[in-house]
Amino acid sequence: MEYIPNILFAILLIVGVGYFAKNVKKLTRNIKLGKDVDRSDNKSERWKNMAMIALGQSKMVKRPIAGFLHIIVYVGFIIINLEVLEIIIDGLFGTHRVFTKVLPDSVYGFLIGSFEILAVLVLITVIIFWLRRNVIKLKRFLSAEMKGWPKSDGNIILYFEVVLMTLFLVMNATDAEFQAMGSGNIISKHIAGLFGSGEHLHIIERAAWWLHIAGILVFLNYLYYSKHLHILLAFPNTWYANLKPKGQFVNDASVTKEVKLMMDPNADPFAAPAEGEDEGEPEKFGASDVQDLNWVQLMNSYTCTECGRCTSECPANLTGKKLSPRKIMMDTRDRLEEVGKNIDANNGTFVDDGKSLLNDYITTEELWACTSCNACVEACPVNIDPLSIIMEMRKYLVMEQSAAPTELNVMMGNIENNGAPWPYNQMDRLNWKDEN
Amino acid sequence: MKVPTMAEYMAEGKQPEILFWVGSAGSYDDRAKKITKAFVKILNKANVDFAVLGPEESSTGDVAKRAGNEFLFQMQAMMNIEVLNGYEIKRIVTCDPHSFNCIKNEYPSLGGKYEVVHHTQFIKELIDSGRLQNVGDTYKGKRITFHDPCYLGRANEVYDAPRDVLSVLNANLTEMKRHKATALCCGAGGAQMFKEPEKGDKDINVLRTEDALETNPEIIATGCPYCNTMMTDGVKYKEKEDSIIVQDIAELIANAQNL
Ligand code: SF4
Ligand code: SF4
Repeated sequence: MEYIPNILFAILLIVGVGYFAKNVKKLTRNIKLGKDVDRSDNKSERWKNMAMIALGQSKMVKRPIAGFLHIIVYVGFIIINLEVLEIIIDGLFGTHRVFTKVLPDSVYGFLIGSFEILAVLVLITVIIFWLRRNVIKLKRFLSAEMKGWPKSDGNIILYFEVVLMTLFLVMNATDAEFQAMGSGNIISKHIAGLFGSGEHLHIIERAAWWLHIAGILVFLNYLYYSKHLHILLAFPNTWYANLKPKGQFVNDASVTKEVKLMMDPNADPFAAPAEGEDEGEPEKFGASDVQDLNWVQLMNSYTCTECGRCTSECPANLTGKKLSPRKIMMDTRDRLEEVGKNIDANNGTFVDDGKSLLNDYITTEELWACTSCNACVEACPVNIDPLSIIMEMRKYLVMEQSAAPTELNVMMGNIENNGAPWPYNQMDRLNWKDEN
Repeated sequence: MKVPTMAEYMAEGKQPEILFWVGSAGSYDDRAKKITKAFVKILNKANVDFAVLGPEESSTGDVAKRAGNEFLFQMQAMMNIEVLNGYEIKRIVTCDPHSFNCIKNEYPSLGGKYEVVHHTQFIKELIDSGRLQNVGDTYKGKRITFHDPCYLGRANEVYDAPRDVLSVLNANLTEMKRHKATALCCGAGGAQMFKEPEKGDKDINVLRTEDALETNPEIIATGCPYCNTMMTDGVKYKEKEDSIIVQDIAELIANAQNL
């Protein structure tokens, strides 16, 4: 009988972590639906970027207030979770505050004291965050794409934090032994009085302890369904981000092959493919659905924090156009989730559902409003590249569907015929020299 | 105006110091041609040995690529690369940040490897090396604000060269709230120059012009022919064309030198 709590704890832990592992597997599978792209060059710069941008939050602080508050929650959350280690050992082995046995009281007190202070800071910050979202109504949290789940998601995370931090403080306040130790209860001693004294204290303490660890496991599993996935994915996402100049768009290798063939006067367009070279299906240009994007773009979509910094800098969005780079990322993720569920439901293969990222999620009106200015890429605190997705989709529209706006077709026709976007004769290129 | 072509250089068996890539706007657009000429005047004044391709130049394909036509882009790129490689070009200067970005970043993997500089970088070189001296006091104390072109700034992180060049004018340089990495686009990029904007509540160039107007400028300086058009239109829309002029950095330098 005396081992029942230990067994219960072990089961809770296994279920919580196991379910999380299952979701991680699904996530990786979905990301791998994307095309291959090689981002293994320049490892040292990649590590540096990850350290600076994900761990060091260097792009977050470009907006000092939000950045500072975010760092408090981030640091607080991570450090306080060191406490989870003690909880797990206690839970599995039936000990109580096992670290008091190995650490000197003063060190233990210092650690827990710091956690308590952080917990209060996190609580305050979370309240400010909540006010920003719900009372001050910051414009970037009110866009069309932030209705429904994304809005609730943002708030749920904040409530989670409040509950977890409160449980942590209550757990400390009602731990008579810990209070008696008198070291590290820097905050909890002030609320200990609220709970009186006697037998019931122990019950409250145990309840808070169990709820705390259960809450953490629930939170862990909530991640997959939330923009909060970024606390994990920000790391690989910044590591694999594009390192080339932002203005450099990829050159399609398949197009290069065709163009070379066309320009080579010796090439025989009707020649049979060389031995060993399979004819295969002609490659699809650009992207109309998530499988046409590369895996980094798909990872981007799961990493998106829905912060809207990109959209708030987007010239198209600022002037009332439909385009919102944040929505591009959220749409990509939502469609990818839909495709993933489709695969799950059909024993591992995707069955055409008559839908696609293009049109069902992202409209051509959005795609054509982009100026390719890179403001969104620059603004993103976790190095997401919405522009690359927009460009892939434009490529599909133009090269697979010939569906460019009429004026652009005229412009491209001019380039084809006269080598300039306007209908002027190429032989007149130098006329300016003699004009006044 | 002395504007030698590569063909002429070739005929004499000579190689210029630098190829001036004029670009489509610089060749055909009336406003942009003025920028081209101002830059040529600077090149001649500084005795730079340069040449243009003239009728052998063709669209870089940049705008086709941004419009989604990768095929047309690569066709244009390969044709241009054939010409450039044929002349054994090593170094290219251009007044158009779009050509700059495209040739510098997107031509190499197609076989066109050159050193490419923007005209503001080149003018800075001329000033630093003393080939361009005593720029003149025409703009002394004038309030100038510089609009960063996306394809020079964010796209290639060239923020200082244009500002360094402007600083020799002894003008009163003021920055817009959004500048350098956070500069707002003029609205022309991504092939928008060639189409009507999507439905919205404002044009992007008007919003950017409002950014500029907040600094109460006498001159809005640009470094891109498309930005120039956009800002000029924006200033007209705001009915400020009598008090504010929009000029390329090359024009400001040429004017200051009385060229
Ligand atoms: S690149 Fe396109 S989507 Fe991104 S900020 Fe500029 S206009 Fe908006
Ligand atoms: S793409 Fe980046 S900047 Fe935009 S909402 Fe997502 S995380 Fe924020």
